Amino acid sequence: MTKLTPVLSASWDQPDSFTIEGYKRNGGYRAVEKALSMAPDEVIQIVKDSGLRGRGGAGFPTGMKWGFIPQGDNKEHYFVVNADESEPGTCKDMPMLMANPHVLVEGIIIGSYAIRANHAFIYIRGEVTHIIRRVQQAIEDAYKAGYLGKNILGKGFDLELVLHVGAGAYICGEETALLDSLEGFRGQPRLRPPFPAIAGLYARPTVVNNVESVASVPSIINNGVEWFGSMGTEKSKGFTLYSLSGHVKNPGQFEAPLGVTLRELIALAGGMRNGNKLKFWTPGGSSTPLFTDAHLDTPLDYEGVAAAGSMLGTKALQIFDETVCVVRAVLRWTEFYKHESCGKCTPCREGTWWLVQILKDLESGKGEAADLDKLLDLCDNIAGRSFCALADGAASPIISSLKYFRQEYLDHLNNGGCPFDPAKSTLFALEESGAR
Amino acid sequence: MPLTDADNSVMDSIINRYPRSRSAIMPLLHFAQSKDGYVTPESIEVIAKKLNLETAEVSAVATFYTQYKRKPVGEYHVGVCTNTLCAVMGGDAIFEALKDHLGIENDEVTADGKVSVEHIECNAACDYAPVVMANWEFYDNQTVQSAKDLVDAMRQGNPPAPTRGPNKLPTWKENSAVLAGLNDGRAHEGVQAGEPTLLGLRIAKDQGAK
Repeated sequence: MTKLTPVLSASWDQPDSFTIEGYKRNGGYRAVEKALSMAPDEVIQIVKDSGLRGRGGAGFPTGMKWGFIPQGDNKEHYFVVNADESEPGTCKDMPMLMANPHVLVEGIIIGSYAIRANHAFIYIRGEVTHIIRRVQQAIEDAYKAGYLGKNILGKGFDLELVLHVGAGAYICGEETALLDSLEGFRGQPRLRPPFPAIAGLYARPTVVNNVESVASVPSIINNGVEWFGSMGTEKSKGFTLYSLSGHVKNPGQFEAPLGVTLRELIALAGGMRNGNKLKFWTPGGSSTPLFTDAHLDTPLDYEGVAAAGSMLGTKALQIFDETVCVVRAVLRWTEFYKHESCGKCTPCREGTWWLVQILKDLESGKGEAADLDKLLDLCDNIAGRSFCALADGAASPIISSLKYFRQEYLDHLNNGGCPFDPAKSTLFALEESGAR
Repeated sequence: MPLTDADNSVMDSIINRYPRSRSAIMPLLHFAQSKDGYVTPESIEVIAKKLNLETAEVSAVATFYTQYKRKPVGEYHVGVCTNTLCAVMGGDAIFEALKDHLGIENDEVTADGKVSVEHIECNAACDYAPVVMANWEFYDNQTVQSAKDLVDAMRQGNPPAPTRGPNKLPTWKENSAVLAGLNDGRAHEGVQAGEPTLLGLRIAKDQGAK
């Protein structure tokens, strides 16, 4: 059986896991004492050597990002955490912050010390009030305990940490849109270069890291680079949270070494619900090209998923069984991208609107076969032609679904509408029949 | 209760969190909603004055983000996730049933001002699908019936506690204050995690026990 590796999730079953007392009882805030006794560059080197890569989607090496911050430049540096978790299917950072916000706070102190930042921000999405409470309380308790504020642990390091609450905009998960939003503007992406490491928040050198990446740092400081590298694969080291949702028997969070397969994870989730057949799935949220049952044994690490034509993304494994219409699924995702397009770049703003019109016609059986090529042509004119990757994400489900399920699109035309019964896909349809 | 000069000290404390005052626009807009329930033209003027900005600059921000409302919502604002995963798992059916049950459309409020509904995007709780949010608190694994029961209880002023949240569902205005960064002292309430969050850990512990 697949060996799970609970590190981040190890204490989540304790009822007070989110409190400072609970965190310290489980060894919390020891890493920060250790890190603040080292030279900042030494901390960066450890994170570099660990091979930790960004857990927010792009997979960029975290230590390298920290190393890009120019030192001795006499400018303020900023450490910003991206807690805007909004990619459809992604549900790892929010439960982590509900169960253990202090591990993020500890990671932020270590990261800020390493890059010589005296001001840090957590940008959290606004639609998760109770998680916002927990993080706010954790910050206040960390101040009271002397882990934040002036002269932390008597080591001469000062850090202010502010929780900044978003207001419902997917685009603010894009790091430069996040920074604009944090500066008090509409959240619209910036042209890069310059990258945030040179001109980020208030045009100052800035690190933007995902919650899970930062939260992984204290364990690396505590247990060492070799321990971290003993898990995962050669280029995708360590443990990570895989989130299974949809048509498995028991959806949930699984913390495992990078490189496990969906076949192993589905087995841990009790198999497919009702013994149904797996039809399609996302490896890392809706912006990552769809996979099918042909990809059950693809190693879920950065290289393995890329080699199979998709992206590891946020490891948001949305599982859809044979009852689900792929055209309906893709239309809904496309409506999402249209709604969330910030409007700055024309190909994305106009293109996503047209994609929705065509997909709506196709789903209702009113389109024509030539529309399939028109969709691909539109995707070709949208992907890679905007400031940020939202448009690329919008094209992913369309291109991949046409690759694997072209006939199902045509069936809608031949059938004069959708041949599927949406009631069969629901959670409660099965519960009512006692099958789940 | 409109945003007035009497709220100055709270607004100052929000502005003082940031190295540059303009960064306070978003929490100030959440704070305005905690007073009026939505962002009024008057509160835009107060915030603009406070930050030395044009009202158009504040309006530009307020209209970009969907959580800032330009008209009143219900005392209980219900969001039904209809992004693909939740939609397929039952969110579409729940959303249609709620609109029908309440006799209102998307973004509308019941005549008694108690409940408004909105279809929302992915709320980062997919392992609890289908998900319904109320005043941005989690109601997990909903059915058509449980969602109808929830809004009925809201109209009677007695909604059940969220699945993962405080012991009692706060009002829209109360929760808007939390989003403005004002601690309501309820972080310790509610569970630390639901069962799907703990599933992998429980299996790992079973593995270790073997």
